[in-house]
Amino acid sequence: MSEIQIQDIIKKENFVYGKTKILTDNVMHYCPGCSHGVTHKLVAEVIEELDIQEKTIGVSPVGCSVLAYNYIDIDWQQAAHGRAPALATATKRLMPDHYVFTYQGDGDLASIGAAEILHACNRGENITVIFVNNAIYGMTGGQMAPTTLIGMPTATSPYGRQAALHGYPLKITELIAQLPGVAYVTRQSVHTPAAVRKAKKAIKKGFENQARKIGTSFIEIVSTCSSGWKISPVESNRWMEEHMFKFYPLGDLKDAEKDNEEDYRKFIE
Amino acid sequence: MAKVRGAIEVDKEKCKGCGVCVTACPTHVIQLAKQVNGKGYNYAHMENPEACIGCANCALVCPDSVIAVYKVKV
Ligand SMILES: Cc1ncc(C[n+]2csc(CCOP(=O)(O)OP(=O)(O)O)c2C)c(N)n1
Ligand code: SF4
Ligand code: SF4
Ligand code: SF4
Ligand SMILES: [Mg+2]
Repeated sequence: MSEIQIQDIIKKENFVYGKTKILTDNVMHYCPGCSHGVTHKLVAEVIEELDIQEKTIGVSPVGCSVLAYNYIDIDWQQAAHGRAPALATATKRLMPDHYVFTYQGDGDLASIGAAEILHACNRGENITVIFVNNAIYGMTGGQMAPTTLIGMPTATSPYGRQAALHGYPLKITELIAQLPGVAYVTRQSVHTPAAVRKAKKAIKKGFENQARKIGTSFIEIVSTCSSGWKISPVESNRWMEEHMFKFYPLGDLKDAEKDNEEDYRKFIE
Repeated sequence: MAKVRGAIEVDKEKCKGCGVCVTACPTHVIQLAKQVNGKGYNYAHMENPEACIGCANCALVCPDSVIAVYKVKV
């Protein structure tokens, strides 16, 4: 058997996996190893697989992913801090045949935007929410977020978060799973090949649910922020497995349809 | 028995040297280069190319989507 050369392998006909065309050629501004990059890729791959590039409208947040519109080649809006679910609500109601999603960090979604996300989900808006929870305000320099773990050091809690002083970390995904308007709530991560495959399936389901008109789909991605956490990307993945997953366990929290309005009518009868 | 050989192509200038592909590779193909790219990052490269099975694990976890994976049966 003759030895095969690398240049004989690296040929168009042998290509098995690479960057989807739905991602632009722009270099992402994210720090090395940032979970935003993987999450962008999965959203883009799902849009490609469902063949909905022309029918998808994203709403980018305030936070590191504010510039998501530079990387995923679809139509976008950019919302004021935390207000992405409000923009997505209007967009989806005006253009119900389009696929509309918000892409939000934990500072954006669980802090300043807590009201918007809870009410959009409670109304059962037919949108998909991609929630990147890295337990910190990445963009502004690593301040404590509502999602920061007890004991976790940040720029504004240098000795670690303390419940008495800072309150408890907010499991907003668990809150959202309680809401009758919500159809699908899941918590995933993107730090290993297996996790990436599962997260992609979840995101795909979240988008497919829009065609089924069954209520809001909410996908949390437990994420790393190596710059905010001040450890390397590989260390961050380990830290996340060890600490984040204990408090934010992975898996589905809800997989149903939004509640039937008739079940609520009986209260006035 | 059919054997599989793979190879990866890294867009060197766009790689940020984060190293998550190194950890994800089951056959220890990838290392970060001693040299740096134009942005000063130690880019990923195939240190041990014969071991690549074209599984695409590295490319799946790459946040910057700069790895292309190829595979042949030999
Ligand atoms: C009204 C308003 N308040 C505060 C800010 C400052 N600010 C910018 S990004 C951000 C937090 C972002 O954190 P997160 O949503 O977790 O995103 P990450 O960068 O971690 O992905 C804050 C507070 C702002 N831009 N606008
Ligand atoms: S600061 Fe954190 S969230 Fe922002 S790009 Fe860097 S690693 Fe990603
Ligand atoms: S995962 Fe991607 S960006 Fe990170 S070192 Fe590997 S090739 Fe470079
Ligand atoms: S394709 Fe698989 S075997 Fe080859 S370098 Fe990537 S992870 Fe390693
Ligand atoms: Mg954050």
